[in-house]
Amino acid sequence: MLIIITIAISFFADRNKTYRAIKIAIKKFSRILPAFAAMLILVSIILGLIPNSIILHYLGKSNISKGVIMASFFGSITLMPGFIAFPLCGILLKKGVTYTVLSAFTTTLMMVGFVTFPLEKKYFGVKVTILRNLLSLFIALIVAITTGIFFGEIFTWI
Amino acid sequence: MDLRKVAKYANLVGFIAYFLFLLFSFWKGFEPGKKIAFNLGYFSIEMLKILPLAFILIGLFEVWIKKETIEKHFGEKSGLRGHIGGILLAGTTVGGLYVAFPVAYSLYGKGADLGVIFTYIAASAICRIPMTIFEASFLGIKFSIIRLFVSIPLIIISSMLLGKYLTKRGHAIKDGE
Repeated sequence: MLIIITIAISFFADRNKTYRAIKIAIKKFSRILPAFAAMLILVSIILGLIPNSIILHYLGKSNISKGVIMASFFGSITLMPGFIAFPLCGILLKKGVTYTVLSAFTTTLMMVGFVTFPLEKKYFGVKVTILRNLLSLFIALIVAITTGIFFGEIFTWI
Repeated sequence: MDLRKVAKYANLVGFIAYFLFLLFSFWKGFEPGKKIAFNLGYFSIEMLKILPLAFILIGLFEVWIKKETIEKHFGEKSGLRGHIGGILLAGTTVGGLYVAFPVAYSLYGKGADLGVIFTYIAASAICRIPMTIFEASFLGIKFSIIRLFVSIPLIIISSMLLGKYLTKRGHAIKDGE
């Protein structure tokens, strides 16, 4: 809705500029479309092979360090919209999964993108894409450990 | 035949094999295959809801926003302020990483600093406001606040380092070549 208003304002302000904007949009979109298609295919296969029940099963039973490793693994290779991921986390929390593990899962899910690889490498190149994702994984692990400390799940002797 | 061509054919073969597999799954009633087809349809629709509008906004950004404006607020000399600006911009981004990449390219074209761009990308993954509210409703406010307070400084520091390193090496962002 907001976007339609923005386009309308732009159109009244300068018709030619708006046409040019739409032309740029179409050009950019069509150029990157194959990479999006590759990403959609990867997502469909990975989520088909790893249904939520498997994630529930593996994260529900492991201890904290194994859980964090599994969570980062699942989080890195899958991609889920928030309205699927967070309710899933809610279920895991009720099942007794620690905040540490959930933090590793959500943060890698959002920041580390195996399935967005075909898309990201088009913009950044392979090397930077790998570097950025490794950095993100590292940040996610620090976030998970800190979450664990604050919730009293690790280093409980402090 | 050079390597690019081989890769192109390999992609095409993979693409066809994928769709044949989906067709076969429906024909034989192979459940995992049907699930993959369902996922493909579902995610395609989700993306089609967001992407065209996102790209139109990118187009409008390209024609309306002056290069000097971006250079001033997100450029090399913007420093920490540029990174904070990147995080605020990311907070309003919809979708996730896949929308952030094309936006990042446009910012780059207008003269934004590479470090600020990496901050923007990372922040658009984890600092989107609607998503954070949704997260807090399932995992608690404490969880979300810890996550934001720990990750934001880490994102800024790592993006600054990555940006500096790549700028020194003359790395460029491409437009989906």
